[in-house]
Amino acid sequence: MSVLDTTPDTMPAGPEIKPKLSRDDIIMRGGMIVIALYLLITLAFPLWAMLSKSFSTYQFDLSQYEFQISDDAGVFDGAILTGTELNARTKVYDTSDLAGSSDSRLGVTKFFPDFSFRSPVHYKIRNSVEGGRFLVGSKLYNTLDWLELDSNNFRRVQLRPVKSTGISNFVSYFSTPALFNSIKNSLLIAAISTVITVSLAFWFAYALNRSCMRFKGVFRLIAMMPILVPSLLPGIALVYLFGNQGMLKGLLFGASIYGPIGIVIGSVFFTFPHAFLIISTALAISDSRLYEAATSLRSTPWRTFWTVTVPGARYGLISATFVVFNLVITDFGLPKVIGGQFNVLAVDIYKQVIGQQNFEMGAVVSVVLVIPAILAFAIDRIVQSKQVALLSARSVPYAPSPNTRTDRIFLVYSSLVALFIVGLLAVCQFAALVKFWPYDLSLSLNNYQFDKMDGGGWGSYFNSIELALLTAVIGTSVVFFGAYLVEKTNGFRVGRSLFQMFAMLPMAIPGMVLGLAYIFFFNSPSNPLNFIYGTMAILVICTVTHFYTVSHLTAVTALKQMDREFEAVASSLKQPTMKLFARVTVPVCLPAILDISIYLFVNAMTTVSAVVFLYSPKTTLASIAVLNMDDAGDIAPAAAMGMMIFYTNAAARILHLFASKGILKRTQAWRTR
Amino acid sequence: MKHYDVRTSAVTQPADSGKLYLSIENLWKAFGSFMALKDISLTINEGEFVCFLGPSGCGKTTLLRAIAGLDLQTKGTVKQAGKDISNLPPSERDFGIVFQSYALFPNLTIEKNIAFGLENAGRSKSEITARVTELLNLVGLPDQGKKYPAQLSGGQQQRIALARAIATNPGLLLLDEPLSALDAKVRVHLRHEIKELQRKLGVTTVMVTHDQEEALSMADRIVVMNHGVIEQVGAPTEIYREPSNLFVADFIGEMNQIKSRVADDGSLSIGEKTFACHEHSFRGGDAVVAAIRPEDVIPHEVGYQPGDDNRNCIEVLLHEMEFLGSFWRCRLQNDLFGDTELFADFSINAVRRLDLGEGNNMVIELPVDRLMAFESPEVPA
Repeated sequence: MSVLDTTPDTMPAGPEIKPKLSRDDIIMRGGMIVIALYLLITLAFPLWAMLSKSFSTYQFDLSQYEFQISDDAGVFDGAILTGTELNARTKVYDTSDLAGSSDSRLGVTKFFPDFSFRSPVHYKIRNSVEGGRFLVGSKLYNTLDWLELDSNNFRRVQLRPVKSTGISNFVSYFSTPALFNSIKNSLLIAAISTVITVSLAFWFAYALNRSCMRFKGVFRLIAMMPILVPSLLPGIALVYLFGNQGMLKGLLFGASIYGPIGIVIGSVFFTFPHAFLIISTALAISDSRLYEAATSLRSTPWRTFWTVTVPGARYGLISATFVVFNLVITDFGLPKVIGGQFNVLAVDIYKQVIGQQNFEMGAVVSVVLVIPAILAFAIDRIVQSKQVALLSARSVPYAPSPNTRTDRIFLVYSSLVALFIVGLLAVCQFAALVKFWPYDLSLSLNNYQFDKMDGGGWGSYFNSIELALLTAVIGTSVVFFGAYLVEKTNGFRVGRSLFQMFAMLPMAIPGMVLGLAYIFFFNSPSNPLNFIYGTMAILVICTVTHFYTVSHLTAVTALKQMDREFEAVASSLKQPTMKLFARVTVPVCLPAILDISIYLFVNAMTTVSAVVFLYSPKTTLASIAVLNMDDAGDIAPAAAMGMMIFYTNAAARILHLFASKGILKRTQAWRTR
Repeated sequence: MKHYDVRTSAVTQPADSGKLYLSIENLWKAFGSFMALKDISLTINEGEFVCFLGPSGCGKTTLLRAIAGLDLQTKGTVKQAGKDISNLPPSERDFGIVFQSYALFPNLTIEKNIAFGLENAGRSKSEITARVTELLNLVGLPDQGKKYPAQLSGGQQQRIALARAIATNPGLLLLDEPLSALDAKVRVHLRHEIKELQRKLGVTTVMVTHDQEEALSMADRIVVMNHGVIEQVGAPTEIYREPSNLFVADFIGEMNQIKSRVADDGSLSIGEKTFACHEHSFRGGDAVVAAIRPEDVIPHEVGYQPGDDNRNCIEVLLHEMEFLGSFWRCRLQNDLFGDTELFADFSINAVRRLDLGEGNNMVIELPVDRLMAFESPEVPA
């Protein structure tokens, strides 16, 4: 080798250079830690609280109590009876009575068949083990001392369950057919809806990308409409069409819309735009040179379709499949409205928590629901990471050539799909304006007098707008700043990858699960953040966290397109990174920032699942009002409120369009050559 | 430890004041178990233009980024103007930097780009405007201030990046492959301009490049790097004429390599013939590589007899000729070289004078002081 290669190959021992952090480094790391803490508190801790709740079991342990009973003169003979002995003798409580939740209480008078609250007999009770186990009224007794009570007070004694950790909640879940049947139902509904939605969306996207049919712009617009309404709105439309008094009830040939049929049709409606967007992107990037090659090899159109088109869009198809599956299986609003007696997981959580106040069982169902959701999410992420490799800078975009026959077929097909989407919305709007369906079809605005209905009235609507605006502003700031910090901070690798992980997590967590987790975490009296429970703040925080991932990915994509050396240049010029952020990064990324804010706004307007556990009488929301009015039988006002959300979101979209055009014109002059 | 000092390189450097400005001592950089820099030591004088030259992955950019503080070295010391800056963040060091991507802020006008570093430093608005105008004149783009970067050509953008980097009068100018993204003509032009500007400003400059022509034409001194170590430091002519090892010889310019053995008198035996050669430090019997650049081979007509026995003349077969514009590249064969063909560049003049043509025999001379001996590379097993 060369003479100079006498250099040792191993570094000498001794300490490594420790970088002196600049003010910018400290600010950036500090900022990142703050946002990571935010995600920890609003995501990781609540989920942990929920998980531990699902493993908490409550059981009445009768062996921990001792009783004495006096004669009519109030004299005790000294005989001590344990709770277990008493129960064995009287057999008043069986095993299932002794299993409880954190709030269950057990009376003790039944142990004494002769008990009467007027009798002169006195009773003594004590804990045989240290620790508070019984209440008299609301006063807790937690010592080993005997407590003597007259009959009248003895009936106020209530035993408290003992908390322990174990899988018995899961055992009882899986031994209750009514509960675990929901797993099957949920999977079935999600699978069927996915197959239908993805097929419909594929051909719709194909028509828009690969044919020369007319009105493509209109179709694209219509395809995106369902995003603007809560998922339960199609349910209401279906009730009007096929419900007990529906106009088209006969088309179902006696089958009921309340159940799987309704859920599937509604799911197809509200997941359609998601599937369409993904597949459309996949079809848009295909390379025309492959088609030229196929044509020159005299491949039939059919064969070309299966060997070029489908493989080219396969990542999009797989991704759409899992996204739709995830949306359907985690959706709560639609099955709540139209599911009837057909139980699915997301509704079970609601029923357990709101209906039966069984929080532990709610947590168990949540854990069960998270599993398919996380699986679907993980597969989708893996597939999407592969999609990137498919893009090549040298690809030539495919340009379809006109073909009268197929273009006409696609036009008919797309019109049918568009009719389905617009039709359901139109039914809702019509129902909202009709006096009394189906008997008096004259028009009125009666159904818009929300203040006369359940659900919070017009206040809910304005609360929703407040929530959407706050979510858009706060969420966009937090998300974009967080994404900037994680993308541009020097070193600090462990912290950054942890942050990335946190940012991806919300996508995998169903809204119902997040909302329930928030109850467990923020409603706990020992939580110093307890004060935000029941306020607008918790709704904003929950909504931002719920929709964090997509926003974060949008921000990261925009930031990755920025030159990696901007920060280096700024620091060499002795300029603070925050100045660069304000003067260059934010203006250049403005289109992405606006996209994030409208995404958050629209979702905050339509979300039901997470916030249904968290609203208070002062913070009722429009989307929740739709749910509650529907629940109370005020279906027409529910439809009216749903359409209000639609028009608000549509207006916000249009405003966003004009605003971004205006802002872009003013600030993005540099984009034009 | 190898320590390169500018005083040992004999060539005069007009811009070099002879005053030590930047010193790098025993620098190591580890990426996991991979050593990107191994025990690098180097000094650079005030006003000097130094090029880090080497193939991709040799560590030259890593070294530049360590000097800038953008990616801190794992071990070792960097001193600038007498101050230890080893662990300082970039914002506390004194340098301007130009990247291959220009890294101009796309949403700011040219003026605002240049003024970016001038703000918040106690300068008045009019001072800043005056300085920006001055810089625009300096880089020869006086009328472009109101435009956005996307409206300029690549070469113009790079000049703006340069203006922005020198706006604050940094003591050190770092150029990270500044010309690689430009097309060939612009590159040659800008090469000259940057050099001119550097001389005018007298700013100490370090440039990273993988283009030997760029390094040879611009640098006062070249630091040739490979596999994380410095192979040679010296003035361009020195590096070219006196490469210190086979890697440098082969990486810069072209070099014929012929297996040979050192004879007892120090001359080189190739086949059964011995050749006198340039001074070396090998001992008799060592296996070495005899090396000569194609343009150093001197052509003679058949039957040419040197008057002096010490001149290395052999008869060869002119196997192939390739016309390359200003000269002919010829492939020469002789049993002494085995299967290896010797490359030689002959001027058009010489080819005409000697009436050379493919298939002819001719005599070539390998000038004694141009025939060098290098340690053989270890043959991979």
